Amino acid sequence: MSAPLLVAEGLYRRFGETVALVDAALRIDEGEVVAVLGSSGSGKSTLLHCLAGIVRPDRGRIVFDGQDLVTMSDARRSALRRDAFGFVFQFGQLVPELTCLENVALPLRLARVPRRAAEQRAGQWLERLEVTEVAGKRPGEVSGGQGQRVAVARALVTRPRVIFADEPTGALDSLNGERVMRLLTEAARDTGAAVVLVTHEARVAAYSDREVVVRDGRTRNLEVAA
Amino acid sequence: MCIVLRMSIGQTFLGLLEATPRHGYDIKRRYDEHFGHARPVAYGQVYATLSRLLRGGLVEVEAVEPGEGPDRKRYAITEAGVTDVAQWLARPEQPEPYLQSVLYTKVVLALLTGRQAAELLDVQRAEHLRLMRDLTRRKRDGDLAEQLICDHALFHLEADLRWLELTTARLDELAAQVRR
Ligand SMILES: Nc1ncnc2c1ncn2[C@@H]1O[C@H](COP(=O)(O)OP(=O)(O)OP(=O)(O)O)[C@@H](O)[C@H]1O
Ligand SMILES: [Mg+2]
Repeated sequence: MSAPLLVAEGLYRRFGETVALVDAALRIDEGEVVAVLGSSGSGKSTLLHCLAGIVRPDRGRIVFDGQDLVTMSDARRSALRRDAFGFVFQFGQLVPELTCLENVALPLRLARVPRRAAEQRAGQWLERLEVTEVAGKRPGEVSGGQGQRVAVARALVTRPRVIFADEPTGALDSLNGERVMRLLTEAARDTGAAVVLVTHEARVAAYSDREVVVRDGRTRNLEVAA
Repeated sequence: MCIVLRMSIGQTFLGLLEATPRHGYDIKRRYDEHFGHARPVAYGQVYATLSRLLRGGLVEVEAVEPGEGPDRKRYAITEAGVTDVAQWLARPEQPEPYLQSVLYTKVVLALLTGRQAAELLDVQRAEHLRLMRDLTRRKRDGDLAEQLICDHALFHLEADLRWLELTTARLDELAAQVRR
């Protein structure tokens, strides 16, 4: 079996008195979609933030593509987040002053891709996510479902190896939520990206290949345990 | 998955006959086309259902062609049959609290016998999710009819799962009550 793309073991993390993660673990292979499930406050977002190099665990090991995220310098972690990871959150991730096209092109511009090339690629992703009609609009002028598809396009435009999605459909109705999930998982499969999907909705989790359940900061993986 | 419950297959046949009289094989073809999906209706069941409807006076044999075998008969709906379909369509279905009660019984029994109730709920959740994945995959590849059928099942399974979550969260409370 080849080495997994991302592996975390024995993760502990506290916030003051609150213990958010206790011996949490997760592994994800290239092209895999893993759902992280669990009740509110169980530690799902903390786990995702650790895996994505946003939060440093107090203890434990996180290895992405052979590199240890826990001991890595902040600068390297930022570079890794920018180059290898994509993010989709529930809301508030698009820059309100920029058009949707500019928003999608932004990660490429930050990676010094020239404007024309960046916007051309951004346009292709908007098309892929079925939202070309909002290219020239600002985030405040589009619907929640459209905005979320723009956010997915922005997460994918740099061709990340892993996409971290925390309740990506949390603010959408079922029809729009499913559309976002269908487009997100299809695009991830086509580009070979892995997806870590935090959700409390079973119908959203059903787009994953397998699930990991977090309870009181501990992960349970039934398929591995079985 | 069989989407038409066994008890309503009769009314479904009547509905198919309402537009025009049909032979058994034609009823089967129509039925499979609209409702059979993963599981077509068996010929045996087609003729068993038709003879039941015949006995009940809900259909009649309109024409018999010469030759052998059951397919010689063409069936037509009767007035009583039309009334039966109309009544069935107008009557709301009994909501099914079935699965929850079986699971509830299992959870209480596990608690009473000192077994791992949380484990049982976790295993059930995984099983529900596995089925939901299958349905989601089918939905992705299917036409609109297939999508709607899968969605119906998905929403029901989701409701079960929400109950599983809630029960998992209140297991300690339930254990205290059950053991009292
Ligand atoms: N930055 C923080 N400062 C203090 N406490 C935190 C912080 N982040 C998380 N926590 C706490 O850690 C625990 C786990 O939080 P986390 O956000 O990971 O839960 P979650 O499973 O994502 O919940 P939800 O489904 O509500 O989003 C909670 O008790 C939370 O209050
Ligand atoms: Mg969260």
